[in-house]
Amino acid sequence: MSVDTATVRHIAKLARIAVSDEEVAALEPELNNILGWIEQLQEVDVTGVEPMTAVIPNQLRLRDDVVNDGNKRDDVLANAPNAEHGFFAVPKVIE
Amino acid sequence: MSDLTDLTVAAIRDGVRDGAFSAREVATAFNANVEKGRALNAYVVETPDHALAAADAADAARASGDLKPLSGVPLGIKDLFATKGVQTTAGSNMLGGFEPVYESTVSGKLFEAGAGMLGKLNMDEFAMGSSNETSAYGPVISPWRRNDGGNAPLAPGGSSGGSASAVAARLCPGATGTDTGGSIRQPAAFVGISGIKPTYGRCSRWGVVAFASSLDQAGPMARDVRDCAILLEAMSGFDAKDSTSLNMPVPNWEAALSGDIRGKKIGIPKEYRIEGVPAEIDAVWQQGIERMRDAGAEIVEVSLPHTKYALPTYYIIAPAEASSNLARYDGVRYGKRSPGEGGIDGMYRATRHDGFGKEVKRRIMIGTYVLSAGFYDAYFNQAQKVRTLIARDFQKVFEQVDLILTPTAPSAAFALGDKTSDPLAMYLNDVFAVPASLAGLPAMSVPAGLDGQGLPLGLQLIGRAFDEQGVLDAGLALEERSTFTHRAEAWW
Repeated sequence: MSVDTATVRHIAKLARIAVSDEEVAALEPELNNILGWIEQLQEVDVTGVEPMTAVIPNQLRLRDDVVNDGNKRDDVLANAPNAEHGFFAVPKVIE
Repeated sequence: MSDLTDLTVAAIRDGVRDGAFSAREVATAFNANVEKGRALNAYVVETPDHALAAADAADAARASGDLKPLSGVPLGIKDLFATKGVQTTAGSNMLGGFEPVYESTVSGKLFEAGAGMLGKLNMDEFAMGSSNETSAYGPVISPWRRNDGGNAPLAPGGSSGGSASAVAARLCPGATGTDTGGSIRQPAAFVGISGIKPTYGRCSRWGVVAFASSLDQAGPMARDVRDCAILLEAMSGFDAKDSTSLNMPVPNWEAALSGDIRGKKIGIPKEYRIEGVPAEIDAVWQQGIERMRDAGAEIVEVSLPHTKYALPTYYIIAPAEASSNLARYDGVRYGKRSPGEGGIDGMYRATRHDGFGKEVKRRIMIGTYVLSAGFYDAYFNQAQKVRTLIARDFQKVFEQVDLILTPTAPSAAFALGDKTSDPLAMYLNDVFAVPASLAGLPAMSVPAGLDGQGLPLGLQLIGRAFDEQGVLDAGLALEERSTFTHRAEAWW
């Protein structure tokens, strides 16, 4: 499987990364080079093999369903590029 | 008192305890070395006051008889660890100026154990790289130089390149590193120091900027095996804030440390003999085998048949997890924001275009592609199945042997710029390190010798899950027989 420039643009859109024409032109061969190389995994017989979900057997823990944090609004907003009135501020979403 | 910077973590701890010198003298000496070593670009933030405050606390603790395990020991902290009130950027412009309001579990444990912080160490951007050249702060330079007189600046390896360079150049006695696919072991090998990646889950990932969560593990980098045992002991332990944290006691690795490995069986995987690897790597490996034999271990040829698929498997799984983890950098909650055009979506796209470097974008794109509709089964699911087979290979081999001995990296350090134009050539650096990462196993690099150009080469020991002790013991047996005392001549 190989990607063309339209696919590169589509991937960039999914990843929310702006790309210029020059960047698309550079990425196409780079991505194809890497994808061509990982293609070799197709030759491995995985019949009856389960995909790995946990590398070390470990039980996922549950915690009590209670608030154990809170009152940290200012901490949460401390590094926001733009915080207003105790909220994250973003460009207008609804016209 | 500049000779204080030649001391190991153990020697500093013991010297402070015994009153041979004060912790303040140690911190002052290392602070001076950090300043002198700026040409190496190992530190991105210097925190001399933090080191001095911890030193003063250590000196007071000695006076009151309250010494802690790491009292008096100043450390370097990789910039991937969130440090409260101290800029944490993961080597990325995306997090420029980010000052965490909390402390990562691992750095917090080290500070609670009495250690101080000399500064934050440079690294590949978001830990994606094997040479430290993807850092937004520019590459770290290895203190080592080839003996050919050319003085080409060499890569310290990556992604924990700042940690490696700083320890090797005596800008700290020990440092934290993180290892997703070799990022502790390969740089340790490149600069002639030791480093261990513990079993997945030993060290909490809480507060460690996420790259590939099923692979990321913190670990120490230091001058010798004992120091690694000491630091790992302080860094490890259950943490309810990390859902994959191992809920089991932390062994006293240092107290139990012993180079006596008589009767241990050590596997030599034939698949690690790959074409194109310099003869010097093979020679150092063979020498390591002889040293293990000399230590009374039994050498067994073993097979890990899926080894050649480990690297392509890694380069599906790690980018896939990265594309998901790095979705959080959206210009809203923290880090950089570029205004862009076209409302909030344009802001996202502009922010991520400007904030991420080339290699990070490349990996996000690969990860996005292999997870996208129609390709998930062919790529991601297939890789997760092959990962199961790779882990199974190790399980079978560990029924026959106690440890596995391999080279750490397929070459000595290369020059800066040598591999930047070819991502695949760069990825191949981790060919021997990645399999143990995919299987979550403890693995360590110890210095083993020099190549013809006078550059360090390392050997890797891989152990069973939870058997850090076995890895450290065999590492010590190797260290005792390698007597690696070489160090880079200071030119900086």
